[in-house]
Amino acid sequence: MIGRTTVLTIQTPEGVAFTIPIASPISRCLALAVDLAVILALTILISQVVQFLSIAASGIPLLNDILSDFGNGFMIVAQFALAIFYGIITEWLWSGQTLGKRLMKLRVIDERGLSLGLKQIIIRNLFRLLDLLPSNFYLLGGFSCLVTQKCQRIGDIAAGTLVIRETRPFAPQFSELMEKDENSFAAMPHLESRLRQQVTPDEARTALDAVVRRNELEPGARLRLFEALANYFREMAEFPEEITIGLSDEQYVRNVVETLFRRAAS
Amino acid sequence: MNGETDNTLPVILDLDKFIAKERPFWDELVELLRLQDDNRDHRLTLDQAKRLFYLYQRTSADLVKMKTFAGEAETSQFLENLVARAYSRLHENGGEKVRFRPWQWLTRNFPATFRRHWVAFALSIGTFWIGAGFGAAALNFNYELKSDFIPPQFSHLNEKPSKRVEREEKQDFDAFQGRHQFSAQLMTHNTKVTIMTMVVGFLWGVFTLILLFYNGTLIGVVIFDYLSDGQGTFLTAWLLPHGSIELPAIFIGGQAGFIIAHTMFGWKTNLKLRARFSRIRGDLITLVGGAALMLVWAGIVESFLSQYHDPLFYPWKIGFGAIQLLGLILFLTFSGRRKPELAA
Repeated sequence: MIGRTTVLTIQTPEGVAFTIPIASPISRCLALAVDLAVILALTILISQVVQFLSIAASGIPLLNDILSDFGNGFMIVAQFALAIFYGIITEWLWSGQTLGKRLMKLRVIDERGLSLGLKQIIIRNLFRLLDLLPSNFYLLGGFSCLVTQKCQRIGDIAAGTLVIRETRPFAPQFSELMEKDENSFAAMPHLESRLRQQVTPDEARTALDAVVRRNELEPGARLRLFEALANYFREMAEFPEEITIGLSDEQYVRNVVETLFRRAAS
Repeated sequence: MNGETDNTLPVILDLDKFIAKERPFWDELVELLRLQDDNRDHRLTLDQAKRLFYLYQRTSADLVKMKTFAGEAETSQFLENLVARAYSRLHENGGEKVRFRPWQWLTRNFPATFRRHWVAFALSIGTFWIGAGFGAAALNFNYELKSDFIPPQFSHLNEKPSKRVEREEKQDFDAFQGRHQFSAQLMTHNTKVTIMTMVVGFLWGVFTLILLFYNGTLIGVVIFDYLSDGQGTFLTAWLLPHGSIELPAIFIGGQAGFIIAHTMFGWKTNLKLRARFSRIRGDLITLVGGAALMLVWAGIVESFLSQYHDPLFYPWKIGFGAIQLLGLILFLTFSGRRKPELAA
């Protein structure tokens, strides 16, 4: 594995840089497993329908001959078409997603961050035949995923695509982060003002990130982090004991963040 | 804190106010993008396009502010996602929105693409017939090698040609018994072989070369076997009706494979692999699409005509195959050529 990157960074002509997380091989394998199951289920469904029609026509000898032979031929073509076109059609209709990718929250995109073209979709799905080698074990594709910087199988390289993890497309409500608690620091506006003067944007950002991501932390790590942050901010502006009494370290940091961000312009 | 002039003061956004002020613009952008996601053919009016661009720029600026002054992870992530989606919409891949016209594609694009890459086709057909020559020469050298060349799925070809001809010519032709199934098997198998011959070109063309040579060897063995047994008429009537389409289709698969190989080597260009591939993608799809259509037709002909071995019909079958081959050559050579005055 050489120089693996987990994000795709795109610099727009407007000078804005944004990052898109790249899907891991494991999540891609799971999505593929779902897609294979869907293809299998569809194949079984079609075979059942064909079988039903053959049984229905069994009373009429000539029609039965035609239907059973035609049915077998149709099954072979349908199976082949499903294997080739399932990925092409779903990725085209759902802008780079198959059912498996939808479930795993993955999406195929152009590797420059542009929208996916039909030609790219067709090429990446045709090249699956090569990725599947040898003997349908997906070894070439898997190996390519492991050794390429952006986890691309051969089909992705030929099509100029990559698979990304979808981020949550809804805007968070900042006010909810503060959990509607009263900020006891508000009773001391002169100390709040000193705190704002002392804290740098980087420090404020760190505190905010800690509050936003607090639920992602292990309990022990969470305690230690907020203890360190609270002690750090206590040194910058010493609030009287009657205001800080009974405040946990985490609540202390939340008050600091609320002071710094919510009232910054007041 | 007003933070207007004093550089020692931290410059921090009032996130609530900022979000409240900008949120309507973000929501509007989300809605515009959703409209396009829901309907791929949805075309924006000029005013909508201008608005989309304005919203994209405004949201980009908001993202920069968020990253610089606030550092709030979730909103930044949301804005990144939004900017990324808008960016991909505004900077579409060129040439994707051209309406697909099947007839024009078949009669102009396909033959024109074929001609544009004639060297790759020549290499493909050359490799195949060199393989055929090798197979025939090997059999001429030692007939016992025949069974080594014939793969298990074609074991019926191990039978002595004159015996097979005698047996086949006595058999009744049943139009339905197993014909559809056989036809479907041929179509799917040959299409798979053609796609495979193309995609293995990615491995610098080595396997395209091997596949074409190997298939050529097999054909060479069969042709030599039937000719040396005096069954040339049967062989021609058997292979020509479908082979006149099937083999060129496989050669076209090989042609696409050699185009990929050429792209992998990147001779006479400074472009990166990504850029080189983006130049040939359309041509590859056109070639493999055309080859697949040819194989569907060849599958039908092979099942319903080629296997009909009545000596009375041999001249008709050979005539049909010859006309078909001539038609294909004329089609690929001349169809879709611009008139000289138009080209000028």
